[in-house]
Amino acid sequence: MSREMTGARMVIEALRDQGVDTVFGYPGGAVLPIYDEIFQQNDIKHILVRHEQGAVHMAEGYARSTGKPGVVLVTSGPGATNAVTGLTDALMDSIPLVVLTGQVPTFLIGTDGFQEADTVGITRPCTKHNWLVKETDELAATIHKAFHIATSGRPGPVLIDIPKDVQFATGEYVGPKQIETPSYQPVKKGDLATITRLVELMETARRPILYTGGGVINSGTGASQLLRELADAAGFPVTSTLMGLGAYPASGRNWIGMLGMHGLYEANMAMHDCDLMIAVGARFDDRITGRVADFSPGSVKAQIDIDPSSINKVIRVDLPIVGDVGHVLEDLLKVWKSRGRKTNAEAVRAWWTQIEQWKARNCLAYRNSDQVIKPQYALQRLQELTAGRNPYIATEVGQHQMWAAQFLHFEDPNHWMTSGGLGTMGYGLPASIGAQVAHPDALVINVAGEASWLMNMQEMGTAVQFRAPVKQFILNNERLGMVRQWQQLLHGERYSQSWSESLPDFVKLAEAFGCKGRTVSDPAELDDAIREMIEYDGPFILDVLVERHENCFPMIPSGKPHNEMLLGEASTDGAITGAGGALV
Amino acid sequence: MAALNIQKGASSHSAYDLRDPNAEIIESHTLAVLVDNEAGVLARVIGLFSGRGYNIDSLTVAEVDHLGHRSRITIVTRGTPAVIEQIKAQLGRIVPVHEVHDLTVEGPSVERELGLFKVSGKNEKRVEALRIAEIFRASVVDSTLESFVFEITGSPEKLDAFADLMRPLGLADQARTGVAALTRGT
Repeated sequence: MSREMTGARMVIEALRDQGVDTVFGYPGGAVLPIYDEIFQQNDIKHILVRHEQGAVHMAEGYARSTGKPGVVLVTSGPGATNAVTGLTDALMDSIPLVVLTGQVPTFLIGTDGFQEADTVGITRPCTKHNWLVKETDELAATIHKAFHIATSGRPGPVLIDIPKDVQFATGEYVGPKQIETPSYQPVKKGDLATITRLVELMETARRPILYTGGGVINSGTGASQLLRELADAAGFPVTSTLMGLGAYPASGRNWIGMLGMHGLYEANMAMHDCDLMIAVGARFDDRITGRVADFSPGSVKAQIDIDPSSINKVIRVDLPIVGDVGHVLEDLLKVWKSRGRKTNAEAVRAWWTQIEQWKARNCLAYRNSDQVIKPQYALQRLQELTAGRNPYIATEVGQHQMWAAQFLHFEDPNHWMTSGGLGTMGYGLPASIGAQVAHPDALVINVAGEASWLMNMQEMGTAVQFRAPVKQFILNNERLGMVRQWQQLLHGERYSQSWSESLPDFVKLAEAFGCKGRTVSDPAELDDAIREMIEYDGPFILDVLVERHENCFPMIPSGKPHNEMLLGEASTDGAITGAGGALV
Repeated sequence: MAALNIQKGASSHSAYDLRDPNAEIIESHTLAVLVDNEAGVLARVIGLFSGRGYNIDSLTVAEVDHLGHRSRITIVTRGTPAVIEQIKAQLGRIVPVHEVHDLTVEGPSVERELGLFKVSGKNEKRVEALRIAEIFRASVVDSTLESFVFEITGSPEKLDAFADLMRPLGLADQARTGVAALTRGT
């Protein structure tokens, strides 16, 4: 049944039909009719941000922590251009978003009107798809199509640009069931013959490894369950990219930690020496592969991915399986079980012995101090004091992000929100608010560096206004830590522009925003400070003054293979482990 | 794991692609891309090529199904076999793209281009231009006392050869459509 209504009302109607409960946005001239409709209803909650980039990252945090699409509403011109970083971030990390932008009226398009920008032109390369809707009659169908495209196949951000006159005009509303996308038909089921071939490889593999990525998370919680079942039944080691943390639990017996540039020694060594690599929803990013020519030279590689362009993009694979991770894993398990659940158990046991030897290098070891808080120690304490509360963790980008990935334990999917592909500083604070809005009673922590955090700190206002009790755990080294580390290791210790002066007093800043803050610099007070942060009823900024020159190890320098990692001095063979250098 | 006998260098279509994955040979491929004729679709295709650093040697586009609003984009591109595979996969990812055909590997195809060539000259040169045009089965579509415009259809190589011959005879201007291509047979 179709109904006649204005374009602005259609937007609300379509969002409601799509089950949207929250919109992150910022009003402006070109979206006033839609905001007028928002005012006149109570089904959809609107979170008023402080900057449009914040809105998109919040929607990402919402999407990553729920598996549902995040929805953003911003105005034309600067509203849309400010959303570009978030759109690119979501595209790189395959996060489903539906972004609605206002546009100048159709008769002004092309005249350099006030707050006019070529939004579909600007966002074409940073969305999965986008539309400029010129007829009100097409608006509802476009919005439903947008939700379908954002959430199916390889998820991603989509954008709908809606001129103001289209919002005012009336047209026919159509419901979500009447939508067809003939040219867009993502494949779900994998090819059974290839899956069977992979099962044959699994049965004889001597040194298998499951290399999992964000695709497992995106495929839904069912996919994570199937991955756990497969790994545990076959006894294969599991490593994961930054994006895939939580798909397999850190407490699981087959977990060997994150891989990649700052991945664990045992994970990278296992990737290098394996004879069967099963890539599950992972795309061989350059932070993962290191030097491509020397990437896992002796292995047969199988790759399960819903996006055909992810296959053979960087690394040639021997067994490509195009399909949804959940569907393919289900078939894989079915075939493997029907053939008698065989593995080369004896060889795999020897493989584990080898992995245990690599683990014994204790690659995350660092020299702790009782004078100054080490960032790794701060994260270990955070892990310890939040255990059992299954917190949602967001991060900014840099050293703290890698340490968080290394030292925090992720037990479930959708609990980890980090900017992986784009590496967007300023992501974490708004993402933590988005996750908190979706899970009001959960513990949500943003592990941040002070420099990243400042990039979108205005969103503390949003957190306070909407009573989102996000915990900002700032590892403050008064440096751009990762930049400083690269300058130290690779640029002759010339620390060009990599430290911050005139940092704000974070405690006063918290007070200015109307929340609470605390600074801690004494390792002995750290636990108390973390407890106060967790227990405080409201947003909290904990400014943890940490060792300024700590480096993040292990590290595969750019252009090096997996087996040429730099390890911290505390973990290398023959390291100084004497008195005073307490190893944690 | 040699005993498993899996061919190295599989493609997204087949696990048994026999081409050498490490070959750095640059190949030229003609791709036919069937798209919905909606606003911005050409910009999406071109933006993909410029954004990811792929080459376009020739590009033609026109609506071929007015009722279904379908257009056919014919692209001649160059790259290593791996890059060509990636281009096809990336094209397939664009939402309004229905089909991507690699005419170079899908069997024999016909490739044609139309060119207009303006040749100015007098006396023997004028006669010679007309004589060569006949050999190439080019037709005269405009004529003044001192110039011809020739229309010629053929492979890009044929048009190149025609232009080379006309240059000393007074080639003044040329316009070419780029390649349109179809597979041979049913």
